[in-house]
Amino acid sequence: MITAENAAHFPRVSKSPEPPDVRLQGVTKRFEDVLAVDELTLEIPRGSFFALLGPSGCGKTTTLRMIGGFEDPSEGRILLGDHDVTGLPSYKRDVNTVFQSYALFPHLDVFENVAFGLKRRKVAKAEIAKRAREMLAIVGLEGMDRRKPRQLSGGQQQRVALARALVNHPRVLLLDEPLGALDLKLRKQMQLELKRIQHEVGITFVHVTHDQEEAMTMADSIAVMSRGRIEQLGGPTELYERPRTAFVAGFLGVSNLLGGTVTTSGAVRVDGTGEIRVDAPLPPAGTRVQVGVRPEKLRLDDSAANSVSGTVVERAYIGVATQYVVDTPAGRLTVFVQSSGTAAEGDAVRVSWDPESTFVLEEAS
Amino acid sequence: MSALLAAPLGWLGVAYLGSLAVLFVAAFWRLDPFTAEVIRDYSFSNFRTLWEGEVYRDIALRTIGIAALVTVIDAVVAFPIAFYMAKVASPRAKALLVVAVLMPLWASYLVKIYAWRIILQENGPLNWLLEPFGASGPGFGNVAGVIVFSYLWLPYMILPLYAGLERIPDSLLEASSDLGGKAGRTFRRVILPLAFPALVAGSIFTFSLTLGDYIAPQIVMAGNQFIGNVVYTNVGVANNLPLAAAFATVPIAVMVVYLLLARRAGAFESL
Repeated sequence: MITAENAAHFPRVSKSPEPPDVRLQGVTKRFEDVLAVDELTLEIPRGSFFALLGPSGCGKTTTLRMIGGFEDPSEGRILLGDHDVTGLPSYKRDVNTVFQSYALFPHLDVFENVAFGLKRRKVAKAEIAKRAREMLAIVGLEGMDRRKPRQLSGGQQQRVALARALVNHPRVLLLDEPLGALDLKLRKQMQLELKRIQHEVGITFVHVTHDQEEAMTMADSIAVMSRGRIEQLGGPTELYERPRTAFVAGFLGVSNLLGGTVTTSGAVRVDGTGEIRVDAPLPPAGTRVQVGVRPEKLRLDDSAANSVSGTVVERAYIGVATQYVVDTPAGRLTVFVQSSGTAAEGDAVRVSWDPESTFVLEEAS
Repeated sequence: MSALLAAPLGWLGVAYLGSLAVLFVAAFWRLDPFTAEVIRDYSFSNFRTLWEGEVYRDIALRTIGIAALVTVIDAVVAFPIAFYMAKVASPRAKALLVVAVLMPLWASYLVKIYAWRIILQENGPLNWLLEPFGASGPGFGNVAGVIVFSYLWLPYMILPLYAGLERIPDSLLEASSDLGGKAGRTFRRVILPLAFPALVAGSIFTFSLTLGDYIAPQIVMAGNQFIGNVVYTNVGVANNLPLAAAFATVPIAVMVVYLLLARRAGAFESL
């Protein structure tokens, strides 16, 4: 825990005036003829919990490894604070990494693993012991000092990896799919735990994951990546409620997309049905767009401003909600209803939603 | 299952360990100096002879010393090769190197020793190469023995070491660098401790193969004998089986101690 005494190690950072902790400027990475990262430019502010989210092969791990110094960019610059670290080896960078497989040293015990970085920096012995113990307490592993990594559970190993990195007070902590190897329940628990620890130590976390829920739970801001580029960058709410591309809308949860054309009256005429009101900036009239609504924003009644009629083709109880699939002239809609709902398969229903819940994607030409 | 195991275990127990036991018992018999008959009563007279005979002590020390030296040299030479094969080389280069390391094992051991005899002899290629620099090769003797043994057993050190190094995940090396460790520190604190059991496993081969050899000393060591040579002449020419048996227990005892130490180092998990 943070005490007055160790607070000096973890200065609570104020978020604005200092330079961003990480800056990528036009960073490109090619592996032979494969373009892994494509002219990426990115700033990660101090003290934030930042997630790089995307499917496998989108370049998120390569980006992380370039910040960590395990790969050199083919082009572009990487700065940590005001420090240009492009081309510097990882041992000269003020960042530490939590590896996907944890990469704990199997021949060293928990304490020695955590002390590894401090020993290299010739910190006094008593100081090493104090800081390592403090860090083990923060990650909830008191009294485990003398265990070997193989004697620990996956979750405990994960915590050791975290402590081993954080004890060095890096400028930035890099996490490469840190929860990937844990089972679902433990993963949920560790998500909250990681968030707590990040608050406690105030260090910038850069987190790579393909799990949208994990990114949304933990991160302050998320960069959704696809094919080596950032598709969209923003807070979890913004990305979920106002995705700008079909990729982002599809990657972050389920969405219903309907094709249509912008009208002169500032609405969208959806193909096969009527006009829909949208509470978002629209491109000029006549532009082809897609309007999107999240399934849980749809209602099976006529109460909201936008509505279409259709027929229930499928009904499935999924625990937290009931999922309906409704065929409409505009296309097939997925609807989540909180209560079990009364409509049955084959029923004619109205599906309605609010203009505020509607997002607009420009159709790729 | 037990029927399947009976034959090989029986072979191991009776033919192999049994003969070792007989050897050990025979070491306490002695030879009648007049009739040259083996007298089957028990005494330490053979061991006393060996202990008090300066020649025997020299031979034992030479054998063990050269075996140890060969092991160290092989470890030092094999490490960079094995490391390159395991961590640096492309898959193609790796395959080529594995073949290159294994290839000499296909050639007869005698052929290789005679090849070295030719290389090292008075007007051989080594002297011819060194002559322009005003130097000359070591000739036949202990140094030649060390060179030949180091050459002969090098693959037995490279292969376990290569396997051991390959088992170290790259992420551990990255983690060390991530935590501020430069190459030297990563080597000392991560690679060496993790490869140590493999190193010991390889050393079991280089050490024991040298310890038990008696052919290479005859060919390239100019009359400097190994324990094996003494055993050989006592079995054949001198016909003093008990003394041969007693001397043969020396390398066995050394190996037992060595293997116990190796086990403590965890070498058997990486064989």
